[in-house]
Amino acid sequence: MNFQSKSMRINSAWRSAMNYLISGLSMLATVLVILPLLAILFYLLYKGASSLNLAFFTHIPAPVGEAGGGMANSIVGSGIVLLLASLMGVPIGIAAGVYLAEFGRGRALATAVRFTADVLNGVPSIVMGISIYSLIVVEQKHFSALAGGVALAIMMVPTITRTTEEMLATVPHAIREAALGLGVPKWRTVISVSLRTASPGIITGCMLAFARVAGETAPLLFTAFGNQFWSFKLNEPIAALPLQIYIYAISPYDEWHRLAWAGSLVLIVLIMVSVTLVRIFANRGVLKGAS
Amino acid sequence: MTTENEPGSVSPVPNTLPALPTRFAADPAPTSGSTAPSLIRDYLSKRGSGSVPDNSFAAVMLVCACSIFAIVLFIFGILVIHSHLSLAQFGWKFFTRQAWDPVSGDFGALPFIYGTLATSLLALAMAVPLALGVAIFITELCPQPLRAPISFLTELLAAIPSVVYGLWAVFILVPIMRDTLGPFLYKYLGWTGFFEGANFGVGLLTASIILAIMILPIISSLTRDIMNAVPNSQREAVLALGATRWEMIRIGVLRNSRIGIVGAIMLGLGRALGETMAVTMVIGNHPDIAKSLFAPGYTLASVIANEFSEATGDLYLSALIEIGLALFLVTIVVNAIARLMVWAVTRNAPARVH
Repeated sequence: MNFQSKSMRINSAWRSAMNYLISGLSMLATVLVILPLLAILFYLLYKGASSLNLAFFTHIPAPVGEAGGGMANSIVGSGIVLLLASLMGVPIGIAAGVYLAEFGRGRALATAVRFTADVLNGVPSIVMGISIYSLIVVEQKHFSALAGGVALAIMMVPTITRTTEEMLATVPHAIREAALGLGVPKWRTVISVSLRTASPGIITGCMLAFARVAGETAPLLFTAFGNQFWSFKLNEPIAALPLQIYIYAISPYDEWHRLAWAGSLVLIVLIMVSVTLVRIFANRGVLKGAS
Repeated sequence: MTTENEPGSVSPVPNTLPALPTRFAADPAPTSGSTAPSLIRDYLSKRGSGSVPDNSFAAVMLVCACSIFAIVLFIFGILVIHSHLSLAQFGWKFFTRQAWDPVSGDFGALPFIYGTLATSLLALAMAVPLALGVAIFITELCPQPLRAPISFLTELLAAIPSVVYGLWAVFILVPIMRDTLGPFLYKYLGWTGFFEGANFGVGLLTASIILAIMILPIISSLTRDIMNAVPNSQREAVLALGATRWEMIRIGVLRNSRIGIVGAIMLGLGRALGETMAVTMVIGNHPDIAKSLFAPGYTLASVIANEFSEATGDLYLSALIEIGLALFLVTIVVNAIARLMVWAVTRNAPARVH
């Protein structure tokens, strides 16, 4: 016996068709999203690898019109600026995260800090650039590696704070209570028990923040400024890989375009390798905490 | 809980155990120092109160936490101070004036606001359906073994630096726009008026496409988290009523997570509004308000990136900093609203039946 009326059958067919349509559309969307990613990675490998040579890693940029030249000073410069940024950003970020997770639980102040960190995370990087310019570069009267480091450090802090807090929240209370019950002071408990247990996650968080700022160009435009020559001084303009890629990409010279592709490939590989390496180490014994 | 366990609170012990402390108080270094309790007592009394290092440690952490407030206030303060020339000269009209003439010192931000809004909204229009599709596919439809690789791939999009997107756009996307997609759009949609005029490949549309690619991973990964927060009992309940899979997604999942999804979209909008490098490289950099999407434009962020280092004259610089101030305030508001929406959904995880 058929319980379905005609309208119900049409309805059922319509619903089933709709179901297949949406499934198909969402699959199509996934393909459409993965396509540009593969295209970008393909062109990076194809154009970048064919332009890479030893000179790229050992030479400074050649003058306009001359072939050859490399980005050795930019790679070193990026390293210096990022080191500066990490030295400032990582301790502050971790300390703020420790406050949120260990001292400020449930307090209004902690909620406000958490919210401000999330909002600060969304502030455009170019705004960081011009405010650091107004603060440091205008005062010093020249561009400097230090200013670039400060701008990037400010961008690292909110990410590190939030991941540190989330990682500390996963540390079981019983471990902390065990330490406190043995008479260990609170500060020692935080450092040797909570932070140590959560250290793989915290290190991963720091690396993610590092990877995020490693590719930033906008905050460096008016702070580190770029430099065509070697520079190791913190109060002088310094070259950085993303800056150099930008300058070369918008230049009219084919030779420089080639170097821009090579630079992009190196930048991406450096970012990916540093993140993966630390993840591997964090999962191995060396950095793994008490858990 | 914690204060009772702190070593500083050893002192109350005498009240409960009067015998022990009097013995030790009279004789702080007992002759037979080998018994266990006296060793611990000894150690504790020598170390003294732990409250000083504890409190200073907590204070340092508090200062670092408050430095986040300080950063936001400092950015706001410094932008206001350094844009006072332009603030005083143009006032609120700055944002409705169309002129941008560094030579005669006449500045208005309207073309940049138009360019920013046009590219961001267009990018959202392209990215949101795709991001939702990806999120639905990954959380609801995707076979288990494919789930991790696909979400890894979409997240990889987020790890690519902005300047690399720009480079790719300049050398791959711009030629495609100029030679293939642009003429196609002109032929079939030219009558709408949005796709006419000279097409050089750079312009609002190209900028929107690269922006869409860049904000996609943010929207889709947040949407995925939000949809994962919907309890499975919701899905099972809808399925048990005889719903198809799409009806289950629509009624059981999307309806429960709509506030969070709107929040995720707004976070994507915040990112799009402030995106600088890739947009600067392909938008054409011309302060015009044109209806055609092929026309070159300018955004708030890209005018700063392009003209800041060559700005001569205090008023010019201060006008650029005021644009930065506007960008800062707008992104703060958009992000704050978005965060509140996302928190509202993911925090108290149980979904509301509605």
